[in-house]
Amino acid sequence: MFDTAVSLNDLWFLLQGAGWTLLITAIAVAGGTFLGMVFGVTRATMPVWVSLPIGFVLDIFRSVPLLIQLVLFNSFIPIMGLRASPFTVSCLVLALYTSAYCSEIVRGGVLAVPQTTRRAARSLGLTWGQDMREIVFPLALRIMLPSWIGLTLGVMKDTALVAWIGVIELLKSSQILITRMANEPLFILSIAGLIYFLISFPIARLGARLEKKWREND
Amino acid sequence: MIEIDNVRKSFGALEVLKGVSMTVQRGEVVSVIGGSGSGKSTLLMCINGLEPIDSGRILVDGVEVHAKGTDLNKLRRNIGIVFQQWNAFPHLTVLENTTLALRKVLGKSRDEANAIAIKQLEHVGLGDKLKVFPGRLSGGQQQRMAIARALAMSPNYMLFDEVTSALDPQLVGEVLDTMRLLAKEGMTMIVVTHEMGFAREVSNRVAFFKDGLIHEIGTPKQIFEAPERPETATFLSSVL
Repeated sequence: MFDTAVSLNDLWFLLQGAGWTLLITAIAVAGGTFLGMVFGVTRATMPVWVSLPIGFVLDIFRSVPLLIQLVLFNSFIPIMGLRASPFTVSCLVLALYTSAYCSEIVRGGVLAVPQTTRRAARSLGLTWGQDMREIVFPLALRIMLPSWIGLTLGVMKDTALVAWIGVIELLKSSQILITRMANEPLFILSIAGLIYFLISFPIARLGARLEKKWREND
Repeated sequence: MIEIDNVRKSFGALEVLKGVSMTVQRGEVVSVIGGSGSGKSTLLMCINGLEPIDSGRILVDGVEVHAKGTDLNKLRRNIGIVFQQWNAFPHLTVLENTTLALRKVLGKSRDEANAIAIKQLEHVGLGDKLKVFPGRLSGGQQQRMAIARALAMSPNYMLFDEVTSALDPQLVGEVLDTMRLLAKEGMTMIVVTHEMGFAREVSNRVAFFKDGLIHEIGTPKQIFEAPERPETATFLSSVL
Protein backbone atom coordinates (compact mmCIF):
# COMPACT_ATOMS: atom_id res chain seq x y z
CA MET A 1 0.00 0.00 0.00
CA PHE A 2 1.07 3.57 -0.59
CA ASP A 3 2.78 4.78 2.54
CA THR A 4 3.37 8.42 3.39
CA ALA A 5 4.38 10.46 6.38
CA VAL A 6 2.26 13.39 5.19
CA SER A 7 -0.49 13.84 7.77
CA LEU A 8 -3.79 15.69 7.62
CA ASN A 9 -2.11 18.37 9.69
CA ASP A 10 0.52 18.79 7.01
CA LEU A 11 -2.16 19.04 4.39
CA TRP A 12 -3.86 21.74 6.43
CA PHE A 13 -0.51 23.53 6.59
CA LEU A 14 -0.32 23.44 2.79
CA LEU A 15 -3.86 24.76 2.47
CA GLN A 16 -3.02 27.64 4.76
CA GLY A 17 -0.11 28.43 2.46
CA ALA A 18 -2.55 28.26 -0.45
CA GLY A 19 -4.74 30.74 1.42
CA TRP A 20 -1.87 33.24 1.45
CA THR A 21 -1.21 32.59 -2.22
CA LEU A 22 -4.84 33.36 -2.97
CA LEU A 23 -4.90 36.45 -0.79
CA ILE A 24 -1.73 37.91 -2.31
CA THR A 25 -3.01 37.11 -5.81
CA ALA A 26 -6.37 38.74 -5.12
CA ILE A 27 -4.81 41.91 -3.71
CA ALA A 28 -2.18 42.11 -6.44
CA VAL A 29 -4.68 41.54 -9.25
CA ALA A 30 -7.28 43.92 -7.79
CA GLY A 31 -4.76 46.67 -7.15
CA GLY A 32 -2.87 45.98 -10.35
CA THR A 33 -6.02 46.00 -12.45
CA PHE A 34 -7.21 49.27 -10.94
CA LEU A 35 -3.84 50.95 -11.47
CA GLY A 36 -3.52 49.30 -14.87
CA MET A 37 -6.87 50.79 -15.94
CA VAL A 38 -5.80 54.25 -14.81
CA PHE A 39 -2.40 53.99 -16.51
CA GLY A 40 -3.80 52.27 -19.58
CA VAL A 41 -6.56 54.80 -20.21
CA THR A 42 -4.11 57.62 -19.58
CA ARG A 43 -1.65 56.15 -22.05
CA ALA A 44 -4.38 55.60 -24.64
CA THR A 45 -5.98 59.03 -24.43
CA MET A 46 -3.40 61.54 -23.18
CA PRO A 47 -0.78 63.41 -25.22
CA VAL A 48 2.68 61.93 -25.65
CA TRP A 49 4.35 64.01 -22.96
CA VAL A 50 2.06 62.40 -20.37
CA SER A 51 1.89 58.90 -21.75
CA LEU A 52 5.55 58.42 -22.64
CA PRO A 53 7.01 58.87 -19.11
CA ILE A 54 4.32 56.60 -17.65
CA GLY A 55 5.09 54.02 -20.30
CA PHE A 56 8.79 54.25 -19.48
CA VAL A 57 8.32 53.64 -15.76
CA LEU A 58 5.94 50.75 -16.43
CA ASP A 59 8.46 49.26 -18.84
CA ILE A 60 10.92 49.03 -15.96
CA PHE A 61 8.42 47.01 -13.94
CA ARG A 62 7.83 44.76 -16.91
CA SER A 63 11.45 44.11 -17.77
CA VAL A 64 13.19 43.68 -14.40
CA PRO A 65 12.73 40.12 -13.07
CA LEU A 66 10.10 40.00 -10.36
CA LEU A 67 12.46 38.34 -7.91
CA ILE A 68 14.89 41.25 -8.14
CA GLN A 69 12.04 43.73 -7.67
CA LEU A 70 10.87 41.89 -4.55
CA VAL A 71 14.32 41.75 -2.99
CA LEU A 72 15.11 45.37 -3.84
CA PHE A 73 11.81 46.68 -2.47
CA ASN A 74 12.13 44.54 0.62
CA SER A 75 15.57 45.99 1.30
CA PHE A 76 14.89 49.58 0.32
CA ILE A 77 11.86 50.03 2.49
CA PRO A 78 13.79 49.66 5.78
CA ILE A 79 16.63 51.74 4.32
CA MET A 80 14.14 54.56 3.70
CA GLY A 81 13.12 54.28 7.34
CA LEU A 82 9.72 52.74 6.57
CA ARG A 83 8.37 49.52 7.95
CA ALA A 84 6.44 46.98 5.96
CA SER A 85 5.93 43.28 6.47
CA PRO A 86 7.09 40.92 3.71
CA PHE A 87 3.39 40.34 3.02
CA THR A 88 2.79 44.06 2.39
CA VAL A 89 5.90 44.32 0.22
CA SER A 90 4.76 41.28 -1.77
CA CYS A 91 1.32 42.74 -2.41
CA LEU A 92 2.77 46.12 -3.34
CA VAL A 93 5.41 44.81 -5.73
CA LEU A 94 3.07 42.31 -7.36
CA ALA A 95 0.35 44.94 -7.76
CA LEU A 96 2.78 47.31 -9.51
CA TYR A 97 4.11 44.47 -11.62
CA THR A 98 0.54 43.48 -12.54
CA SER A 99 -0.41 47.08 -13.30
CA ALA A 100 2.49 47.36 -15.75
CA TYR A 101 1.18 44.43 -17.77
CA CYS A 102 -2.46 45.34 -17.27
CA SER A 103 -1.91 48.89 -18.52
CA GLU A 104 -0.71 47.50 -21.84
CA ILE A 105 -3.76 45.25 -22.07
CA VAL A 106 -6.08 48.16 -21.27
CA ARG A 107 -4.29 50.51 -23.65
CA GLY A 108 -4.56 47.98 -26.45
CA GLY A 109 -8.23 47.33 -25.66
CA VAL A 110 -9.19 51.00 -25.58
CA LEU A 111 -7.32 51.76 -28.80
CA ALA A 112 -9.00 48.80 -30.49
CA VAL A 113 -12.44 50.41 -30.15
CA PRO A 114 -12.96 52.07 -33.53
CA GLN A 115 -12.73 55.84 -33.58
CA THR A 116 -15.87 55.91 -35.74
CA THR A 117 -17.90 54.12 -33.06
CA ARG A 118 -16.75 56.65 -30.50
CA ARG A 119 -17.63 59.52 -32.83
CA ALA A 120 -21.11 58.09 -33.19
CA ALA A 121 -21.45 58.07 -29.42
CA ARG A 122 -20.19 61.63 -29.06
CA SER A 123 -22.44 62.79 -31.91
CA LEU A 124 -25.46 61.67 -29.85
CA GLY A 125 -24.39 64.07 -27.13
CA LEU A 126 -22.65 61.61 -24.82
CA THR A 127 -19.83 63.17 -22.84
CA TRP A 128 -16.26 61.83 -22.90
CA GLY A 129 -16.89 60.01 -19.63
CA GLN A 130 -20.21 58.54 -20.78
CA ASP A 131 -18.58 57.40 -24.01
CA MET A 132 -15.85 55.70 -21.95
CA ARG A 133 -18.30 54.06 -19.56
CA GLU A 134 -21.05 53.01 -21.94
CA ILE A 135 -19.17 52.27 -25.16
CA VAL A 136 -15.40 52.04 -24.83
CA PHE A 137 -15.08 49.97 -21.66
CA PRO A 138 -17.72 47.35 -22.48
CA LEU A 139 -16.21 46.87 -25.94
CA ALA A 140 -12.62 46.96 -24.73
CA LEU A 141 -13.46 44.45 -22.01
CA ARG A 142 -14.23 41.81 -24.60
CA ILE A 143 -10.90 42.39 -26.25
CA MET A 144 -9.02 42.49 -22.96
CA LEU A 145 -10.55 39.54 -21.14
CA PRO A 146 -8.44 36.67 -22.54
CA SER A 147 -5.18 38.54 -21.90
CA TRP A 148 -6.38 39.61 -18.48
CA ILE A 149 -7.24 36.04 -17.48
CA GLY A 150 -3.78 34.99 -18.66
CA LEU A 151 -2.23 37.77 -16.61
CA THR A 152 -4.18 36.75 -13.50
CA LEU A 153 -3.10 33.13 -13.81
CA GLY A 154 0.49 34.25 -14.39
CA VAL A 155 0.47 36.49 -11.33
CA MET A 156 -0.99 33.65 -9.26
CA LYS A 157 1.97 31.48 -10.14
CA ASP A 158 4.42 34.36 -9.74
CA THR A 159 3.36 34.69 -6.11
CA ALA A 160 5.57 31.66 -5.50
CA LEU A 161 8.52 34.07 -5.72
CA VAL A 162 7.48 35.94 -2.58
CA ALA A 163 8.69 32.89 -0.64
CA TRP A 164 12.13 34.39 -1.27
CA ILE A 165 11.45 37.31 1.08
CA GLY A 166 9.91 35.12 3.74
CA VAL A 167 6.19 34.89 3.07
CA ILE A 168 4.96 31.39 3.81
CA GLU A 169 2.65 30.85 0.87
CA LEU A 170 1.91 27.61 -0.93
CA LEU A 171 5.35 26.94 -2.39
CA LYS A 172 7.19 27.89 0.79
CA SER A 173 4.83 25.68 2.85
CA SER A 174 5.60 22.72 0.65
CA GLN A 175 9.34 23.40 0.93
CA ILE A 176 9.05 23.46 4.72
CA LEU A 177 7.32 20.09 4.60
CA ILE A 178 9.97 18.73 2.26
CA THR A 179 12.80 19.68 4.64
CA ARG A 180 11.01 17.64 7.30
CA MET A 181 10.13 14.71 5.07
CA ALA A 182 13.14 14.71 2.80
CA ASN A 183 12.28 11.41 1.14
CA GLU A 184 8.89 12.60 -0.21
CA PRO A 185 9.59 15.77 -2.19
CA LEU A 186 7.81 14.59 -5.31
CA PHE A 187 4.62 13.65 -3.50
CA ILE A 188 4.49 16.96 -1.61
CA LEU A 189 5.24 19.01 -4.72
CA SER A 190 2.52 17.10 -6.55
CA ILE A 191 0.02 18.07 -3.88
CA ALA A 192 1.15 21.72 -4.12
CA GLY A 193 0.88 21.55 -7.91
CA LEU A 194 -2.60 20.10 -7.66
CA ILE A 195 -3.65 22.94 -5.38
CA TYR A 196 -2.25 25.52 -7.84
CA PHE A 197 -4.23 23.80 -10.58
CA LEU A 198 -7.44 23.78 -8.51
CA ILE A 199 -7.09 27.52 -8.01
CA SER A 200 -6.35 28.27 -11.68
CA PHE A 201 -8.89 26.03 -13.31
CA PRO A 202 -12.08 27.87 -12.23
CA ILE A 203 -10.57 31.22 -13.27
CA ALA A 204 -9.71 29.87 -16.70
CA ARG A 205 -13.16 28.29 -17.08
CA LEU A 206 -14.92 31.47 -16.04
CA GLY A 207 -12.96 33.38 -18.66
CA ALA A 208 -13.81 30.88 -21.37
CA ARG A 209 -17.50 31.02 -20.45
CA LEU A 210 -17.64 34.80 -20.56
CA GLU A 211 -15.90 34.82 -23.92
CA LYS A 212 -18.38 32.35 -25.33
CA LYS A 213 -21.35 34.28 -23.99
CA TRP A 214 -20.10 37.53 -25.54
CA ARG A 215 -19.35 35.91 -28.86
CA GLU A 216 -22.93 34.71 -29.14
CA ASN A 217 -24.07 38.32 -29.43
CA ASP A 218 -21.86 39.14 -32.37
CA MET B 1 -30.93 77.62 -39.47
CA ILE B 2 -27.37 76.47 -40.13
CA GLU B 3 -25.04 79.24 -41.28
CA ILE B 4 -21.61 78.26 -42.54
CA ASP B 5 -19.43 81.30 -43.02
CA ASN B 6 -16.08 81.16 -44.80
CA VAL B 7 -14.90 78.01 -43.01
CA ARG B 8 -11.34 76.84 -43.49
CA LYS B 9 -9.80 73.69 -42.19
CA SER B 10 -6.55 71.81 -42.73
CA PHE B 11 -5.27 68.41 -41.76
CA GLY B 12 -1.57 69.16 -41.48
CA ALA B 13 -0.44 70.62 -44.78
CA LEU B 14 -3.60 69.52 -46.56
CA GLU B 15 -6.28 72.20 -46.68
CA VAL B 16 -9.61 70.35 -47.02
CA LEU B 17 -11.99 73.30 -46.60
CA LYS B 18 -10.92 76.49 -48.33
CA GLY B 19 -13.49 79.03 -47.28
CA VAL B 20 -16.86 77.29 -47.46
CA SER B 21 -20.03 79.35 -47.04
CA MET B 22 -23.57 78.03 -47.15
CA THR B 23 -26.86 78.60 -45.37
CA VAL B 24 -29.47 75.94 -44.73
CA GLN B 25 -32.96 77.08 -43.73
CA ARG B 26 -35.26 75.14 -41.43
CA GLY B 27 -37.22 72.54 -43.38
CA GLU B 28 -34.78 72.53 -46.25
CA VAL B 29 -33.07 69.48 -47.73
CA VAL B 30 -29.66 70.31 -49.14
CA SER B 31 -27.66 67.64 -50.95
CA VAL B 32 -23.92 67.99 -51.22
CA ILE B 33 -22.42 66.23 -54.22
CA GLY B 34 -18.87 66.01 -55.52
CA GLY B 35 -15.93 63.67 -55.89
CA SER B 36 -14.40 61.65 -53.06
CA GLY B 37 -11.92 63.50 -50.88
CA SER B 38 -13.34 66.89 -51.72
CA GLY B 39 -14.03 67.74 -48.05
CA LYS B 40 -17.77 67.08 -47.97
CA SER B 41 -17.67 64.69 -45.01
CA THR B 42 -15.30 66.93 -43.09
CA LEU B 43 -17.78 69.76 -43.45
CA LEU B 44 -20.49 67.67 -41.75
CA MET B 45 -18.16 66.77 -38.89
CA CYS B 46 -17.45 70.47 -38.41
CA ILE B 47 -21.14 71.34 -38.20
CA ASN B 48 -21.64 69.35 -35.01
CA GLY B 49 -18.21 70.12 -33.63
CA LEU B 50 -16.68 66.67 -34.07
CA GLU B 51 -13.92 68.43 -35.97
CA PRO B 52 -12.41 71.79 -35.03
CA ILE B 53 -12.05 74.46 -37.71
CA ASP B 54 -9.16 76.81 -38.42
CA SER B 55 -11.11 79.94 -39.28
CA GLY B 56 -14.55 81.20 -40.21
CA ARG B 57 -17.58 80.23 -38.18
CA ILE B 58 -20.57 77.94 -38.12
CA LEU B 59 -23.82 78.99 -36.44
CA VAL B 60 -26.57 76.53 -35.58
CA ASP B 61 -29.74 78.33 -34.51
CA GLY B 62 -27.53 81.33 -33.76
CA VAL B 63 -25.10 79.38 -31.54
CA GLU B 64 -21.51 79.48 -32.71
CA VAL B 65 -20.36 75.85 -32.75
CA HIS B 66 -16.64 76.43 -32.34
CA ALA B 67 -16.82 79.34 -29.91
CA LYS B 68 -15.22 78.80 -26.52
CA GLY B 69 -17.84 77.96 -23.95
CA THR B 70 -20.28 76.40 -26.40
CA ASP B 71 -21.71 73.26 -24.81
CA LEU B 72 -21.07 70.83 -27.65
CA ASN B 73 -22.80 67.95 -25.89
CA LYS B 74 -25.95 70.05 -25.67
CA LEU B 75 -25.62 71.28 -29.24
CA ARG B 76 -25.21 67.76 -30.58
CA ARG B 77 -28.55 66.65 -29.13
CA ASN B 78 -30.10 68.94 -31.66
CA ILE B 79 -28.08 67.69 -34.63
CA GLY B 80 -28.41 64.05 -35.62
CA ILE B 81 -25.67 62.59 -37.77
CA VAL B 82 -25.53 59.27 -39.61
CA PHE B 83 -22.23 58.00 -40.94
CA GLN B 84 -21.11 55.99 -43.92
CA GLN B 85 -19.97 53.18 -41.65
CA TRP B 86 -23.15 52.53 -39.71
CA ASN B 87 -21.40 52.51 -36.33
CA ALA B 88 -23.82 50.45 -34.29
CA PHE B 89 -22.79 49.83 -30.70
CA PRO B 90 -22.23 46.08 -31.08
CA HIS B 91 -22.62 45.19 -27.40
CA LEU B 92 -26.12 46.68 -27.18
CA THR B 93 -29.37 45.43 -28.69
CA VAL B 94 -31.16 47.49 -31.32
CA LEU B 95 -33.44 48.90 -28.63
CA GLU B 96 -30.55 49.63 -26.26
CA ASN B 97 -28.61 51.30 -29.07
CA THR B 98 -31.54 53.62 -29.57
CA THR B 99 -32.31 54.31 -25.90
CA LEU B 100 -28.74 54.87 -24.69
CA ALA B 101 -28.53 58.58 -25.41
CA LEU B 102 -32.17 59.14 -24.45
CA ARG B 103 -31.42 57.83 -20.99
CA LYS B 104 -27.87 59.04 -20.45
CA VAL B 105 -28.01 62.37 -22.24
CA LEU B 106 -31.65 63.42 -21.89
CA GLY B 107 -32.16 61.65 -18.56
CA LYS B 108 -35.35 59.88 -19.59
CA SER B 109 -36.62 56.89 -17.61
CA ARG B 110 -36.24 53.45 -19.12
CA ASP B 111 -39.96 53.26 -19.93
CA GLU B 112 -40.06 56.70 -21.52
CA ALA B 113 -36.93 55.99 -23.54
CA ASN B 114 -38.24 52.61 -24.67
CA ALA B 115 -41.50 54.17 -25.84
CA ILE B 116 -39.69 56.81 -27.92
CA ALA B 117 -37.18 54.33 -29.30
CA ILE B 118 -39.81 51.77 -30.28
CA LYS B 119 -41.75 54.46 -32.11
CA GLN B 120 -38.66 55.51 -34.07
CA LEU B 121 -37.60 51.94 -34.80
CA GLU B 122 -41.06 51.09 -36.08
CA HIS B 123 -40.89 54.24 -38.19
CA VAL B 124 -37.81 52.91 -39.99
CA GLY B 125 -39.25 49.40 -40.20
CA LEU B 126 -37.28 47.71 -37.42
CA GLY B 127 -40.14 47.17 -34.98
CA ASP B 128 -39.53 43.41 -34.99
CA LYS B 129 -35.78 43.64 -34.27
CA LEU B 130 -35.79 45.33 -30.86
CA LYS B 131 -34.02 42.58 -28.93
CA VAL B 132 -31.59 41.69 -31.71
CA PHE B 133 -27.90 42.56 -31.56
CA PRO B 134 -26.63 44.68 -34.48
CA GLY B 135 -24.28 41.92 -35.63
CA ARG B 136 -27.35 39.96 -36.74
CA LEU B 137 -28.67 42.79 -38.92
CA SER B 138 -27.92 43.51 -42.56
CA GLY B 139 -26.03 46.65 -43.43
CA GLY B 140 -29.22 48.36 -44.53
CA GLN B 141 -30.97 47.46 -41.30
CA GLN B 142 -28.00 48.70 -39.26
CA GLN B 143 -28.04 51.94 -41.19
CA ARG B 144 -31.77 52.39 -40.58
CA MET B 145 -31.14 51.69 -36.91
CA ALA B 146 -28.50 54.43 -36.91
CA ILE B 147 -31.09 56.79 -38.42
CA ALA B 148 -33.67 55.84 -35.77
CA ARG B 149 -31.04 56.26 -33.06
CA ALA B 150 -30.33 59.79 -34.22
CA LEU B 151 -34.02 60.63 -34.71
CA ALA B 152 -34.91 59.41 -31.21
CA MET B 153 -33.18 62.49 -29.81
CA SER B 154 -35.73 64.56 -31.78
CA PRO B 155 -33.08 66.73 -33.43
CA ASN B 156 -33.97 69.76 -35.53
CA TYR B 157 -31.27 68.86 -38.04
CA MET B 158 -30.12 65.62 -39.60
CA LEU B 159 -26.76 65.24 -41.31
CA PHE B 160 -26.17 62.24 -43.58
CA ASP B 161 -22.61 61.36 -44.55
CA GLU B 162 -22.68 59.07 -47.60
CA VAL B 163 -24.97 56.74 -45.71
CA THR B 164 -25.50 54.38 -48.62
CA SER B 165 -21.92 54.20 -49.91
CA ALA B 166 -20.93 51.17 -47.84
CA LEU B 167 -24.13 49.22 -48.56
CA ASP B 168 -24.74 46.42 -50.99
CA PRO B 169 -26.67 47.80 -53.97
CA GLN B 170 -29.87 45.92 -53.12
CA LEU B 171 -29.91 47.53 -49.64
CA VAL B 172 -29.52 51.11 -50.81
CA GLY B 173 -33.20 51.51 -51.65
CA GLU B 174 -34.54 50.79 -48.17
CA VAL B 175 -32.27 53.42 -46.64
CA LEU B 176 -33.09 56.03 -49.28
CA ASP B 177 -36.81 55.34 -48.73
CA THR B 178 -36.36 56.08 -45.03
CA MET B 179 -34.66 59.35 -45.89
CA ARG B 180 -37.36 60.28 -48.41
CA LEU B 181 -39.92 59.77 -45.66
CA LEU B 182 -37.98 62.09 -43.37
CA ALA B 183 -37.71 64.76 -46.03
CA LYS B 184 -41.43 64.55 -46.65
CA GLU B 185 -42.06 65.05 -42.92
CA GLY B 186 -40.18 68.34 -43.11
CA MET B 187 -36.89 67.42 -41.45
CA THR B 188 -34.03 69.82 -42.14
CA MET B 189 -31.33 67.71 -43.76
CA ILE B 190 -27.86 68.06 -45.18
CA VAL B 191 -27.16 64.99 -47.27
CA VAL B 192 -23.68 64.23 -48.55
CA THR B 193 -24.37 61.68 -51.25
CA HIS B 194 -23.30 59.95 -54.42
CA GLU B 195 -26.91 59.05 -55.19
CA MET B 196 -27.64 61.61 -57.91
CA GLY B 197 -31.19 60.38 -58.44
CA PHE B 198 -31.95 60.90 -54.77
CA ALA B 199 -30.31 64.33 -54.69
CA ARG B 200 -32.30 65.41 -57.71
CA GLU B 201 -35.63 64.11 -56.48
CA VAL B 202 -35.59 65.00 -52.77
CA SER B 203 -33.42 68.11 -52.38
CA ASN B 204 -34.57 71.70 -52.31
CA ARG B 205 -31.06 72.70 -53.24
CA VAL B 206 -27.93 70.90 -54.41
CA ALA B 207 -24.39 72.04 -53.68
CA PHE B 208 -21.48 70.95 -55.86
CA PHE B 209 -18.31 70.52 -53.86
CA LYS B 210 -14.83 70.33 -55.33
CA ASP B 211 -11.35 70.79 -53.87
CA GLY B 212 -12.65 72.17 -50.57
CA LEU B 213 -14.99 74.70 -52.11
CA ILE B 214 -18.64 74.95 -53.07
CA HIS B 215 -18.44 75.72 -56.77
CA GLU B 216 -22.13 75.98 -57.37
CA ILE B 217 -25.33 75.76 -55.37
CA GLY B 218 -28.87 75.88 -56.66
CA THR B 219 -32.09 74.01 -57.23
CA PRO B 220 -31.74 70.46 -58.54
CA LYS B 221 -33.15 71.64 -61.85
CA GLN B 222 -30.48 74.31 -62.17
CA ILE B 223 -27.59 72.09 -61.15
CA PHE B 224 -28.53 68.98 -63.07
CA GLU B 225 -30.01 70.58 -66.19
CA ALA B 226 -28.19 73.84 -66.58
CA PRO B 227 -25.01 73.95 -64.52
CA GLU B 228 -23.26 77.30 -64.78
CA ARG B 229 -19.77 76.13 -63.91
CA PRO B 230 -17.81 73.88 -66.23
CA GLU B 231 -16.52 71.86 -63.23
CA THR B 232 -20.09 70.97 -62.30
CA ALA B 233 -20.89 69.89 -65.83
CA THR B 234 -17.73 67.78 -66.02
CA PHE B 235 -18.49 66.08 -62.72
CA LEU B 236 -22.08 65.39 -63.63
CA SER B 237 -21.20 63.96 -67.00
CA SER B 238 -18.76 61.60 -65.25
CA VAL B 239 -21.36 60.22 -62.82
CA LEU B 240 -24.62 60.33 -64.73
